[in-house]
Amino acid sequence: MSTTYLIKNASILGGAPADLLLRDGNIAEVGSVVSAGDPVVIDATGLIALPGLVDLHTHLREPGREDAETVDTGTRAAALGGFTAVHAMANTDPVADTAGVVEQVWRLGREAGFCDVFPVGAVTVGLAGERLAELGAMADSAARVRVFSDDGKCVSDANLMRRALEYVKAFDGVIAQHAQEPRLTEGAQMNEGELSGILGLAGWPAVAEEAIIARDILLAAHTESRLHVCHVSTAGSVELIRWAKSKGWPVTAEVTPHHLILTEDLVQSYDPIYKVNPPLRTAADVTALRAGLADGTIDAVATDHAPHPHEDKDCEWAAAAMGMLGLETALSIVQHTMVDTGLMTWADVADRMSSAPARIGQVDDKHGRLIEPGEPANLVLVDPKAKRIVDRTALASLSQNTPYQGMELPGAVVATFLRGTATVLDGKLA
Amino acid sequence: MRRHLLSTADLSQDDAVLILDTAEEIARLAARPIKKLPTLRGRTVVNLFFEDSTRTRTSFEVAAKRLSADVINFSAKGSSVSKGESLKDTALTLEAMGADAVVVRHSASGAAYRLANAGWTTSHVVNAGDGTHEHPTQALLDAFTMRRHLGGFDGRRVTIVGDVLHSRVARSNVQLLATLGARVTLVAPPTLLPVGVANWPCEVAYDLDAVIPDSDAIMMLRVQRERMNGGFFPTQREYSRRYGLDAQRLARLPDKAIVMHPGPMVRGMEISAEVADSDRSVIVEQVANGVSVRMAVLYLLLSGNESAIGHVAPQEYPHENTESKGAAA
Repeated sequence: MSTTYLIKNASILGGAPADLLLRDGNIAEVGSVVSAGDPVVIDATGLIALPGLVDLHTHLREPGREDAETVDTGTRAAALGGFTAVHAMANTDPVADTAGVVEQVWRLGREAGFCDVFPVGAVTVGLAGERLAELGAMADSAARVRVFSDDGKCVSDANLMRRALEYVKAFDGVIAQHAQEPRLTEGAQMNEGELSGILGLAGWPAVAEEAIIARDILLAAHTESRLHVCHVSTAGSVELIRWAKSKGWPVTAEVTPHHLILTEDLVQSYDPIYKVNPPLRTAADVTALRAGLADGTIDAVATDHAPHPHEDKDCEWAAAAMGMLGLETALSIVQHTMVDTGLMTWADVADRMSSAPARIGQVDDKHGRLIEPGEPANLVLVDPKAKRIVDRTALASLSQNTPYQGMELPGAVVATFLRGTATVLDGKLA
Repeated sequence: MRRHLLSTADLSQDDAVLILDTAEEIARLAARPIKKLPTLRGRTVVNLFFEDSTRTRTSFEVAAKRLSADVINFSAKGSSVSKGESLKDTALTLEAMGADAVVVRHSASGAAYRLANAGWTTSHVVNAGDGTHEHPTQALLDAFTMRRHLGGFDGRRVTIVGDVLHSRVARSNVQLLATLGARVTLVAPPTLLPVGVANWPCEVAYDLDAVIPDSDAIMMLRVQRERMNGGFFPTQREYSRRYGLDAQRLARLPDKAIVMHPGPMVRGMEISAEVADSDRSVIVEQVANGVSVRMAVLYLLLSGNESAIGHVAPQEYPHENTESKGAAA
């Protein structure tokens, strides 16, 4: 028998305040709840209730790099960030390219219990880009994989990409592409532009992302299969996706929080905390990404939470690993860049961070749903007026590679509920 | 201002002129029978070289020794670096040994900047070449050499030819020469020019022959062997024909124009042997000037107070400085 919660006066999706009764894993009542036995009462005055956030793009690092993150620590971070579901990327060691590995990750997620873990399966064996992994076996496994990605590497072979798109139609899967033309990005260290020329760092040109997206959009149209574009980072990519959607083609896209706020100027410090793939781009790209997210061209925010141990960042730029933490700061960054700027409402946030990613990941039977009676009680309560200073040592993640160290960010996750059970209360793990 | 020399972009015109003037004074002393100065007695200069570079390392070593500093050569080969020790741990080790200045050469762009700013060391850091970023003492010795021959910088036309994309020498020279008032033109095939070069403080041209008659100094950059197979240009022969400096092109230079090369040269590729050995060539002089310029840099960084460059005028015979190593700036 789980605890019954009565949440008083929560602003649902930023709208009028209402009470929420959570009982037996579901939302039992919404509105003015009068009597409900003996619930735990949470005063949510001034707080916003959103459906639990869903991340399409999380690196949990287990198995293989348990020094950087584990399913347990990563899902703690997720819960603290307001997430009730994360999609765990396949670039583990061993790679999640078999039913065995995805089931292991799925089971670790169930044991941890802080949020649902949906493993992403590799598209190709060992992420090598040579032959298809057993996509069907992963789809049929207990992990019920629907999202397939070689993230970290691009499925650059056009024919292999075509076959992958075709093959996953059998079980309504989606190919999430890490769009990076490998030959155009050999040794790439940062966005290619005037700054890379001055800093003497090998450039990662926008065209290397856009060329693959353009190709894959056409392949998705041709195969009539679903393409999802990971971590869109350039203005040109937004234009291409906007064009694909105008054609009615089955293309979705995500943007990371860091690409909504950080720009390449930070690389002038040569501090690898800012080294990430795709790289931080220009202010014009940031503006286009925000506009694309606001108008729905970009469907979802996905963290690309990429933990790395200290020694992989406390070194010279070229030697450093690519990637930054995201789970515990994502909602604050979205509030800061999209809500506080007036570009989006909280209802839009619920769509881009919960409903849309749940739909793309095919977990929308349980996640990303309306806040209505009878729905699963996957919820997050956010205090939009709170301010906090990011302290990397206080994060639940095993790694500390946040680019926001010392920054004051708006908004705080006060509580997270997974099927009616609090994973976070008063901003702390419950 | 600065306690490190990381990039020529950090130097004001006054800073740069001070370094050149100081080097000029030091060069005069070098003409004496006893070349050594007591200036840096008791100070330790570490040459931390992660890349092979006999000429730059030797130049810094001679410079430091002529200033009476203790010199430690710490090269990637035969040290713990080759066993996988990180730049950070190497820095911490040198810090613990009491290095006053670290002269660093590294294959990663920004390595010197990182060494100076990551909190790993309180030593003064001199960038002796970081990846494809900068090589400031090379640019300073080039400027020193140019000033001697051209009499100044104002309006002087300097042409830099070759693999600008991968050249730290070109980056440092463009910044420094612009600061000093010279007019720089980069000449290269478009494949060997960085994106955004149009916004650098210089001109860009693809046609060497058009620029040659308007050059007071022409600097030929080495084309590294790995670039030759990288698809940046079709063949060595075509590169040589279009961008190499041979006797015919030399003849079309203005009368007093000088020919420079940071070395090591690939004779027959970017420069013909005839040109390299001609009386227009100041290539050997560049090497000699390198010692004076590096002495000036070490002297200005290490003697007197820690913000020596830009603040403290050089003294004729500075005495040993007893001030202990300063805290991090």
